[in-house]
Amino acid sequence: MSILNLHNSLNTYLILGAILFGMGIYGLVTRRTLIGMLIASELVLAAASINFMAFNRFTAPDPTVGQIFTLFIMAVAAAEAAIGLSITIAVYRNYKSVDTEDLVDLKG
Amino acid sequence: MNPTDASGVLGFFMADGLAGYADAAAGIVFLVMLAATIIGGIIACNAERLVRAVAGLALCFIGVAAMYYFLNSPFVAMMQMLIYIGAVCITIAFAIMLASPEDNKKQGPAGALSGPLGLVTAGLVTFGMIGLAVNTSFNVLPKENMGSIKLMGIKLLTTYSMVFELVSIVLLIAILGSLVIARHGRSK
Repeated sequence: MSILNLHNSLNTYLILGAILFGMGIYGLVTRRTLIGMLIASELVLAAASINFMAFNRFTAPDPTVGQIFTLFIMAVAAAEAAIGLSITIAVYRNYKSVDTEDLVDLKG
Repeated sequence: MNPTDASGVLGFFMADGLAGYADAAAGIVFLVMLAATIIGGIIACNAERLVRAVAGLALCFIGVAAMYYFLNSPFVAMMQMLIYIGAVCITIAFAIMLASPEDNKKQGPAGALSGPLGLVTAGLVTFGMIGLAVNTSFNVLPKENMGSIKLMGIKLLTTYSMVFELVSIVLLIAILGSLVIARHGRSK
């Protein structure tokens, strides 16, 4: 298979999804601010959507279902981003910091 | 040049050659967008300043939208540009400006998993999933339709109308709730 024909293979998209997922996991465990972790979680969601669309294009009998599901993932991701950022703003107002190490009130 | 040569050149461009060039151009665009996705993701999870991480996230989402385009879904690609780049990235940029996380940044390692151990964790997850994806043989079913935008609209308002309404309510409640949470504690 030629390198210019990569976009017609299912494995390309699955590998790209796995790489994006890994980068999201890396960002989630290394970032020390809440906003950085939120950015990394967006990468994980994008990886899941790419997997849905790849299987939708290459294996599913009805290609509309995966597209509709990806649209729902986008709506839920937008809701998640709005809620997460408002919690971040509320945390900043109370603690004057969004560093994860400062949020230790519940630590035993 | 005699006429047969000219028709031969013309035939080369008309019949097979032009389509071949278009395929090659599509392949090159795909490779550029693949690189944009991966480089944007690396910037998004590694950049020191969060504003650069958001810019990397936007680059990554442009690449992901191109992936959707190559997967026969121009509508979802357009929605990706609108929702993720136009709304989510801008919202995160506003949150960075409001919370200014760069002002009192702590130095040093962030925790036990932040150094090489985090890289090893992410690498194990990535290569495990790549191994699973490459070594599994997937059952390819014959297509029932081409997945056009018109069919998507019909399905959204018939088969998936309940989910459609539920998602719109979830989005409405989430945005109202985020307004309430962010406004709580203000004097006016």
